[in-house]
Amino acid sequence: MTAIAHPAPFARPSLPRLVRVELRKMTDTRAGVWLLSLIAIAGVTAVGVTLVAGTESDQTLDGLFGICGIAVALLLPVVGLLCVTGEWTQRTALTTFTLVPARGRVVAAKLLAGCGLALTALLVCLVAGVAGNLIAGGSWSLDLARLYGAALYMLIVMVAGLSVGLLLMRSAPAIVTYFVLPAAIGALTQTVHSLRGPAEWFDLGRATAPLGAGEMVAGDWPRLAVATAIWIGVPLALGLLRLRNRELS
Amino acid sequence: MLAISAHSLIKDFGRLRAVDDVSFEVEPGRVVGLLGPNGSGKTTLLRMLLGLVAPSGGQALIGGRRFADLDHPARQVGAVLEAGSLHPGRTARDHLRVLATEARVSYPRVDEVLELVGLTEAADRRAGTFSLGMGQRLSLAASLLGDPGVILLDEPTNGLDPAGIRWLRVLLRGLAAEGRAVVVSSHVLAEVEQTVDEVLILDRGRLLAHRPLSELDSLEETFLDLTDKKEHDACLP
Repeated sequence: MTAIAHPAPFARPSLPRLVRVELRKMTDTRAGVWLLSLIAIAGVTAVGVTLVAGTESDQTLDGLFGICGIAVALLLPVVGLLCVTGEWTQRTALTTFTLVPARGRVVAAKLLAGCGLALTALLVCLVAGVAGNLIAGGSWSLDLARLYGAALYMLIVMVAGLSVGLLLMRSAPAIVTYFVLPAAIGALTQTVHSLRGPAEWFDLGRATAPLGAGEMVAGDWPRLAVATAIWIGVPLALGLLRLRNRELS
Repeated sequence: MLAISAHSLIKDFGRLRAVDDVSFEVEPGRVVGLLGPNGSGKTTLLRMLLGLVAPSGGQALIGGRRFADLDHPARQVGAVLEAGSLHPGRTARDHLRVLATEARVSYPRVDEVLELVGLTEAADRRAGTFSLGMGQRLSLAASLLGDPGVILLDEPTNGLDPAGIRWLRVLLRGLAAEGRAVVVSSHVLAEVEQTVDEVLILDRGRLLAHRPLSELDSLEETFLDLTDKKEHDACLP
């Protein structure tokens, strides 16, 4: 075997390099391409349906962008979730953590790659909104609060999916937990009147709703902070702890 | 080049002691066979060397350092742990390119190792369509990507055909001749006998022997004597 000339001997891979690897892992398999295509199709379909059946106020750049964002954000967390759980379901964790023993760095790279993908999805929504509005001929004004809100919303759902995936480390339970648990909590808080007040603090769906609509007011931010701490902070911290102590055998 | 060493290594899984006070050293330029019956602790030992399983006691070191403390693990240690640890949806070339990016290895090296393991023709096939032997060859290619000084292989001949086994034997001898330390686990004594310089014999987590192959009259006899398998076989109907 011929020895190779190492470009930078004895230097660990940088975080940007690991992020590039994770982005590639998310997009270079048939399943990954299908999932991302499905997300794009959901966004474009939402714009199409709004153009056909939406109200006049929806057929504007602001409205079309917002509707596309809601459709895209529905499946976006699955990408983040699968990029973690896939390491175990596809048994690639052995290779990944042999190449990069610092497990926290791999998670950081996955988080950053997920955020990059979420912001790319935002751009896709913007393009879909512009294209839709060219057809609709509606208002071109775009509320910056909605734009920033949508960006933050997409980042939150992506990181939440990734955190749940990290905590459970298995695709099916993580997907079920991510979608069913909030729905069950939502249903419960609608049924039990006394929970409606507290639910504003722990129901991520309710806490993030004003974000997507670009209607955040001062009182919404603390509620959003608490809900994200519960849905992102707790699973992420527990997941990291679990990963650190987990034996890969 | 780096040496591999274990110092009083212990691993407990609950109440089961999988590795029990194992110490050894493997010098560069040697091929060492890690032998033992199923469940003797071979895989656990290799995974402790790679930092994938935390020791309950003692130390597993590569070049005098824990695996996690190596400057560039991907360049210093190559490992084959499980032939199935490949994403089935990724082609052989893409699989290696992902690892090459992580290991800071250039893409031409990917084609080089694909050729080395005889997978050039199948480079653009998805790993999910590979036979066990082809998967094993791809795992070997991955382990050689970073041109490492230490190579750890867990049952690398699983799924290989006779020609593949002979090819692997020549490859491992060549790697050791270049000064690399190679540890290869197996429970197939005949194939190990033609490849290794030394043997480590494990049973029920304990290291029963660490000897140069040249000192043994018969590897099979020594192995069976040490692991009490003769008595076990005699009891079989």
